[in-house]
Amino acid sequence: MIAQRVGTTALRRVAGSPNAFFTANIARLGLAQPLSTTQTRPVATQKLTPTDGSAILAQQRLNRPVSPHLDVYDKQQTWFGGSIWMRITGSAFSGSLYVFAAAYLAAPLAGWHLESASLAAAFGALPFAAKGALKFLAAWPFVFHAVNGVRHLLYDMAVGFKRQTIAKSGWYIWGASMVGGLCLAFFL
Amino acid sequence: MAALRSSASLLLGAASRPVLRAAVASPAAMRGMAQVVDGQQQSQTASGDKANLKTFQIYRWNPDTPTEKPKMQSYTLDLNKTGPMVLDALIRIKNELDPTLTFRRSCREGICGSCAMNINGTNTLACLCRIPAEDNAELKVYPLPHTYVVKDLVPDLTQFYKQYKSIKPYLQRDTPAEDGKEYRQSKADRKKLDGLYECILCACCSTSCPSYWWNSEEYLGPAILLQSYRWLVDSRDEKTEQRKDALNNSMSLYRCHTILNCTRTCPKGLNPGLAIAQIKKEMAF
Repeated sequence: MIAQRVGTTALRRVAGSPNAFFTANIARLGLAQPLSTTQTRPVATQKLTPTDGSAILAQQRLNRPVSPHLDVYDKQQTWFGGSIWMRITGSAFSGSLYVFAAAYLAAPLAGWHLESASLAAAFGALPFAAKGALKFLAAWPFVFHAVNGVRHLLYDMAVGFKRQTIAKSGWYIWGASMVGGLCLAFFL
Repeated sequence: MAALRSSASLLLGAASRPVLRAAVASPAAMRGMAQVVDGQQQSQTASGDKANLKTFQIYRWNPDTPTEKPKMQSYTLDLNKTGPMVLDALIRIKNELDPTLTFRRSCREGICGSCAMNINGTNTLACLCRIPAEDNAELKVYPLPHTYVVKDLVPDLTQFYKQYKSIKPYLQRDTPAEDGKEYRQSKADRKKLDGLYECILCACCSTSCPSYWWNSEEYLGPAILLQSYRWLVDSRDEKTEQRKDALNNSMSLYRCHTILNCTRTCPKGLNPGLAIAQIKKEMAF
């Protein structure tokens, strides 16, 4: 190994450095230190003041891209995690409450019929499948939010944080909310 | 020896390699520090093992050409000649295929936290992550998510370290020790630090957290909060109340929405999610 390294060091010096360097170091290249294991590298460094350094860093930072996140991270964790669906279902419910309440206020002025009786009549006129689908659309988020809310209460008590428990309880909540949603939609 | 990138073979070309090798000493005498022994490879090829090829897709971005967009570059390696871990593959790619590939690594045994990166969708340490050998699917390697990229797989962790500094990660105490020698604690108190002191600050958990992605300016993130808890539960520390006060705002701690990617990703098997929940519990009662 050492024999080879000395050979490569000599080769590198001959190949990579200008003649002046070669003549200046002729003594070191000779047989004076034939077994030297330290490598000299023809690398140029530049002294910078701290201000110059931080200016260069600031310039560099302007160019730096942000590494990919949502696109590359494990979809099962980011897209099907309980957390984001808790937020989506919650927002959907509170959003639709605001929309309906505002529409109810505006109904007399706009001439809409949003009273319970007329809504129930309109809903009753729909075919069975459409009724079920509409009900499921409201029931699934409700059950999901409720069941996952219970898990959040457990989290607040610092319960259920084992690795396997986290993954498993996530799937249980999806299953339970589907079953619960279907029950509410078709048997109620 | 093939694994060793020697300048001689680069200069003289691959064709002259056997000549050069024959000229120098026997393989046993030539063996340096961390190399694949020649005989092993020869026996593999002699026994006729098929090449077990695996393609690695690796995120590349070069600061010297900042206008070029980051891209994925493919490298194919024979797994029979590569070590079992992703880091082995990366090192081999750097040594043999593309010396410009840039990544951090140091201890290769999961204790320094340098080689944290996103491998096949989850953050982990490349040195602790086995190359999945069951299938021939491409392995995708990205830098830690939502970080500024310095080059290729090297993220800029300046903010992360600043946040670590901000929680004063050291023992704060005014009263001197009773025996004037050391601060003692009971075995039970010491036990509370297990699962906390092992954190190596690799930033895998913090950069797996969507909440940290969107709020890394103000939210401390799971790694730093686990460290906060490490000092909050330390029976020898006397600034517990001040530490809690520092966390008592809407951003530092309470941006945690128990998404729990942190716990699922921790390459050391720690539980940052639980630590954060315990801080919240302590702050509430």
